[in-house]
Amino acid sequence: MSFSVPSSLEAELDELTTHYPVKRSASLMFLHALQEHFGYISKEAMEWTAAKLELQPINVFELVTFYPMFRQEPLGKTHIKVCRTLSCALQGSAELREQFCNRLGLDSHAHTAQTTPDGKFTVEFVECLASCGTAPVVLVNESLHQTVSPAAAEEILRKGNLA
Amino acid sequence: MSAPAIPAPAPAAPAPPPVETLTVKVNGKTLQVPKTHPDWQGKPQPTTMLQAARCGGVDIPHYCYHDKLPIAGNCRMCLVEFGTLMMDPATRKPILNEDGTPKISKSVLPYEPGTPRGAISCATPISPGMEIYADSPATKQMRESVLESLLINHPLDCTICDQAGECKLQEYSVEHGQAGSHFVEAKVHKPKAVDLGPRIVLDDERCILCTRCIRFTKDIAGDDALGIVNRGSYNTISAFQTGKFDNNYTLNTVDLCPVGALTSKDFRFKMRVWFLKETKSLCTGCGTGCNITVGSREGIIHRYEPRENDAVNGPWMCDTGRLNYKWIGRPDRLTEVRVNGQKVTWATAVKDIGSRLIRASSGSVALIASARQTTEELFLLKSLATRLGAVTDSVPREGEADHLLVNADRNPNTNGTRLTGIAFTEAGMQLPLIAAGIEAGTIRTLIVFGEDVTKHGIGPELLAKLEMLVVSDILPNATTAVATHLLPGASHAEKRGTFISVKGRLQKLTKAVESPGDARAEWEFLHELVHDVTGRNGFTSIEGLFNLMARETPAFAGLEWANIGDKGVDVKI
Repeated sequence: MSFSVPSSLEAELDELTTHYPVKRSASLMFLHALQEHFGYISKEAMEWTAAKLELQPINVFELVTFYPMFRQEPLGKTHIKVCRTLSCALQGSAELREQFCNRLGLDSHAHTAQTTPDGKFTVEFVECLASCGTAPVVLVNESLHQTVSPAAAEEILRKGNLA
Repeated sequence: MSAPAIPAPAPAAPAPPPVETLTVKVNGKTLQVPKTHPDWQGKPQPTTMLQAARCGGVDIPHYCYHDKLPIAGNCRMCLVEFGTLMMDPATRKPILNEDGTPKISKSVLPYEPGTPRGAISCATPISPGMEIYADSPATKQMRESVLESLLINHPLDCTICDQAGECKLQEYSVEHGQAGSHFVEAKVHKPKAVDLGPRIVLDDERCILCTRCIRFTKDIAGDDALGIVNRGSYNTISAFQTGKFDNNYTLNTVDLCPVGALTSKDFRFKMRVWFLKETKSLCTGCGTGCNITVGSREGIIHRYEPRENDAVNGPWMCDTGRLNYKWIGRPDRLTEVRVNGQKVTWATAVKDIGSRLIRASSGSVALIASARQTTEELFLLKSLATRLGAVTDSVPREGEADHLLVNADRNPNTNGTRLTGIAFTEAGMQLPLIAAGIEAGTIRTLIVFGEDVTKHGIGPELLAKLEMLVVSDILPNATTAVATHLLPGASHAEKRGTFISVKGRLQKLTKAVESPGDARAEWEFLHELVHDVTGRNGFTSIEGLFNLMARETPAFAGLEWANIGDKGVDVKI
């Protein structure tokens, strides 16, 4: 697969670079824009960013792996983010995540986001989703599901399978 | 000075300014330490607590700190408790105790004044009157805790780890650690046996994230290839693409790695380091003359490591030079003395060569020596050539230089050939003349040491015209194949002697292993041959030979073997 950035996006990023005293400072903005456009940040995207900002690819790679919001693989169609922070943890979010993982054949102890081989689901354990009063919460794509019961989880999976 | 003062006609070179010092106390001992120390680039920087302690002979344990790398201050191993002078804010003078000694305020936690607050000694500059408590209970406790924390995710696989025996994690755990750990959770598993590059394998679980390798490859080797990826306890040393960490200095990261994370593919699982005999020697890969330590066991060389010498290579060496040892143990080494194809004893061969050389008419002999021979051997060859009226030369060997250590001159002792008079300013100038002399029949005897002359303009058809072809070499080649007198020589790891680097550093080789079969150090049999031909004697030991050479060679005036030391001396080139 050849990697190419549309010229309009490249022009936009070039202009953006001028806002910073050093080119490297634009790294995060580049990565956000590339992820927005491609859905994830490929090795080629990191190399492209490094070349544009006069860095070595490892400098960009460090950044991409540091922030969990950057993805190195395409997401599944249904992106399930299970909150892992205190209130949700106390209300059984670990079990909830295990349920999702077991039903989808994913490793329930994996440290990072996992996507099913058919590309339908991505399950991720994330930090606070800012809805502690209605724990446990799950963010499915853009919609927030509150006080998620095992049955509600099954419903999420059912809808995801239809999507 | 007792001499009467005479105004100098011109201002003399300014004397070096006296070293400014500060007074500090290390473990209760008062010390005068220099105000500054050179940093990794050699620029003077304020002396740190770690350096001050060193001045007092106290080695504060550390991982990430390295004299020749930028300071990172991330491993926390060098934390020490310390105190500074209590100053009167009004007068800016030290407050004194009743007995006149200055009051010391120990560094404590601001919110918990009973608890000592350590500072990383590698990055904390000293101040006048500072007290460093490198052995205090608080310091010891900090060390224990840091070690325990570093070992949280460590696999504790010393039994199968190549670093065992030279591992700082192991050493400090014995000296400063505790047997147990409070950690009961599951360890984080990280990548194992990562193929980082053609010569390096990385075990991320053993890594303590000191970043020495990252700093070395970025700031010294100039190849920003390594970094830390992921976050928190998942932090991992990584390259952007595995397998591509391939600059010519990667193996230095294995030396730098204080633990067993970075290992050399060449040395991995080969030998326990405590079985290795370490011999001080030199790399012969180019004219730089990097100082090395040869690690050998039972006559077999297992590795080269750089030996620190700031006048030459600092603590580094290139990968090419480091791995250039395998030929020494090759099974096809020349191991037999042969005259006209028949195996003979050294005594027979040397006598035969000697008697023939004495009968040779002046000008009928030519001598080609290698700039890979030691200076002493070249000196002996030159005295032989002088007696025989022989034309001499050596063979140039050029390559590409790099920005750090590799020199374009791939011969280790070009200056040796020049200073002994074997070669002229430009080595190789006489080779065409020697070829022409053989062609014309004026040169009937050729003595070749350590070179395959068939690759340098004197082909087999010319060699066939000779009456006598004396060849000494280590490995077989087209020249040794047609020698009338074949003398198996010793590699640099099998003998003593000196090399002179391109910058004029005269340095010693020492013998690490025995030569195979009948192979012998060239200077030993040359000494006999020179004695037979010229009648000169008096240099049966390498010390005696060197001292004689030093007396007779202007560039070495005043030098003696005993004074060369492990790191060599500069000679005028």
